[in-house]
Amino acid sequence: MTVINSIERGAPPARPASPKFSWAWLGLTPFFIFSLLFLLYPASILGVRSFQDTKTHAFTIKYIVQLLHDPYLLGAYGISIKISIITALGGGLFGFLLAYSAIRGGLPSFMRSSLMTFCGVASNFAGVPLAFAFIALLSPSGELTRILIKLGFNPYFHGFTLYTFWGLSLVYMYFQFPLMVLIIAPAIDGLRREWLEAAENLGASSFQYWRYVAFPILLPAILGTMILLFGNSFGAFATAQALTGGQINLVTIVIGSQLRGDVLGDPGVGYALALGMVFIMAIAIVIRTILQRQTERWLR
Amino acid sequence: MRRGNVVWSWFWMILGILYFFLPLLATFLFSLRAKLGVLSFTAYVNIFSDPNFIYNFSYSVLWALLTIIAGILILVPTAYLIRLRLPQFRTPVEFITLLPFVIPVIVYVFSLVRTFSQPPLLIVDSPVLLIAAYTVLSMPYMYSAVDTGLRAIDVRTLTEASQSLGAGWGTILFRVILPNIRAAILSGAFLSFAIVIGELILAEYLVKPAFAPYMNYMMQQKAYEPAAMAIVSFALTWACMGIIQFVGRGQQGQIAAGH
Repeated sequence: MTVINSIERGAPPARPASPKFSWAWLGLTPFFIFSLLFLLYPASILGVRSFQDTKTHAFTIKYIVQLLHDPYLLGAYGISIKISIITALGGGLFGFLLAYSAIRGGLPSFMRSSLMTFCGVASNFAGVPLAFAFIALLSPSGELTRILIKLGFNPYFHGFTLYTFWGLSLVYMYFQFPLMVLIIAPAIDGLRREWLEAAENLGASSFQYWRYVAFPILLPAILGTMILLFGNSFGAFATAQALTGGQINLVTIVIGSQLRGDVLGDPGVGYALALGMVFIMAIAIVIRTILQRQTERWLR
Repeated sequence: MRRGNVVWSWFWMILGILYFFLPLLATFLFSLRAKLGVLSFTAYVNIFSDPNFIYNFSYSVLWALLTIIAGILILVPTAYLIRLRLPQFRTPVEFITLLPFVIPVIVYVFSLVRTFSQPPLLIVDSPVLLIAAYTVLSMPYMYSAVDTGLRAIDVRTLTEASQSLGAGWGTILFRVILPNIRAAILSGAFLSFAIVIGELILAEYLVKPAFAPYMNYMMQQKAYEPAAMAIVSFALTWACMGIIQFVGRGQQGQIAAGH
């Protein structure tokens, strides 16, 4: 439209000249002012406070040092990373199997659209209501527990509790696998039927098709989505808080108690912990970006 | 080989359906047990006659609506301009819209309280801050939904056609572009809605009435009423998704998954 070609002698013709000064960027100012005021500026406090003594406001690296040496704080990262990896792998695998069954599994086609709707709802069903739903199902007096007890099997006599690590993992899976289904479905759609037919014509077995064709193509997409799932549970707070009342030392819960100024809390440690989380998430997002480039080569 | 595949497909689907419905079924059954020995809707009668529930819930709905309007006003023009004129801003803008996904909400809340309780920016008590914070939290979902919607239509042709008919920028944005991406906007809107309804700590720390903190509080006080509340909030999310599917019929036919 208003791309004005500045025709100059000797100017390289390869790229169209960039538009002359336009007022269009003015249209972005509401967005930038809004994010600066309500996101970037408050978030920058996180960086500042991590290096600032809570009382004297002097520059210090003691919180970062404490973070790297305190087994309690490192343990919190450990638990958060462990639960995020487990639920990302578990939710990712189950979500993939579900999505593949619905799309390519030979099921009636209405199954696919119902699955997508279910997953759209379930991936947003988190926090307090989700915690409550699992308490109603699997707490010592929950509906399923009562049925199991009637059948002569009390899961609480066999090492299961809803309020510890594995119970929380089970609850997290509820919003993990639907997210996997929603995001991986387009990648499965991108698997061309011709590739299966070509492989079969060349005499490949089902295993060989998966090992040499489908799996290598889908792998970057699967891993990339699993990293999203990792982030999804790494930052979760409300579900764990509502389910365990803050008894599990996830990073987010420790941050909450440090910032809230509990007896032993120090806001500086809280901010340093948060900075560490951002650092871990940044690594995860870089890996995801690399994997995404890999996928795009094959899918469209 | 094919027959075996179908059996496995059914197996995984049934497992998924069980995982999906059992907790809901349990919550529903539990919510019916308010009267000893019989199943009844007593808990539902109780919550709908509880003025505190109505009060907190309607505030959450109000926050959600304002958040959606703010999100549309800020993000639709931005995404539109980037598609049409300013592709060089795509990377920084996408980066900013993804930031809330990286920063834990609990930290964000504390940064907000600290930033906005000092004189030049003393708005910590104002609902404006709460709405702004909700808008920030829903930004990753809203932006990706709007951007997906814009990708599916021919932004340039629509704009040029409107311009040659004499339309101004306001008319183009709100009477041409917006109606064309209404399914995408609705999908972003309902994701924002779900986020606002389920968000526990923002309202709690900014001391505003909202549904999730109230439900969390009730969970410590009562047994059956919170179950009924969980079912009501779930039914609401479900209804929203139904509306997305209904309005989105014939359009791209997918719900933007956020991120």
